[in-house]
Amino acid sequence: MAAAALTSQLNALVNNMFAMGLLDDQFQQLQMLQDSTAPDFVSEVVTLFCDDGERIICELARQLEKPNVDFDRVDSYVHQLKGSSASVGAQKVKNTCIQFREFCQQRSRDGCLKTLDLVRTEFYDLRNKFQAMLQLEQQIQACYPKH
Amino acid sequence: MSTKTVPEPEPHVLAVDDSIVDRTVISRLLRSSKYRVTTVDSGKRALEVLSLDRNVHMIITDYCMPEMTGFDLLKRVKESAELKEIPVVLMSSENSPTRIRRCLEEGAEDFLIKPVRPSDVSRLCNRVIMK
Repeated sequence: MAAAALTSQLNALVNNMFAMGLLDDQFQQLQMLQDSTAPDFVSEVVTLFCDDGERIICELARQLEKPNVDFDRVDSYVHQLKGSSASVGAQKVKNTCIQFREFCQQRSRDGCLKTLDLVRTEFYDLRNKFQAMLQLEQQIQACYPKH
Repeated sequence: MSTKTVPEPEPHVLAVDDSIVDRTVISRLLRSSKYRVTTVDSGKRALEVLSLDRNVHMIITDYCMPEMTGFDLLKRVKESAELKEIPVVLMSSENSPTRIRRCLEEGAEDFLIKPVRPSDVSRLCNRVIMK
């Protein structure tokens, strides 16, 4: 009974993430790659994305604080975040990274700073939801003890 | 008396990407298609692996990497007498016709746009490794 309720919660959360545009069909591709030979694949990729994304966002903030911003370097970091976002299906973060790169190309510090704020908000929102998703999965697995 | 058939070893793919997220995804994609996979995070490490293990059936590499790009790695492989027969596939999130043409002219077998899909990997198996 508990497992059913938790599964229902998990499905509602993930469906909502798709409906709100946080995720795209690439995330479904990742879910399809998870099976008995790689039972933790999605949580592994999501965790790596969250850690890597946090690192990149901190680095972006540091780069944009410098008196002389190296926009090529900033662009390189945004490109990395865009790439990993695309790979996990993080659609909203990916699209904001595309806008961010345009400001890098325009050498607009203000544009970059505003977009960094936006990407940071979207990333942490997604990360929180991913963490909730992983917690629910662990709780569901706990309902089926291994023999 | 029964004769046991020795199963063919799985094809060995060397996957090169500086992004740990992308390495994990491409590795899973390839393993789910029954490849043996070695992943490295740079062109330099890829060449180190290739110097130690010539039993590599395909190299799949990201294009944009620091220090040595995937294109640089492709050139190094194709310039090497020992390595030039190994098929090299490039991947990039940028759909640049100029970049794609350049890689194919340099001898790349294929150029995949990220995110890479299972259907891309199946196509590679049929076209590249089974040659």
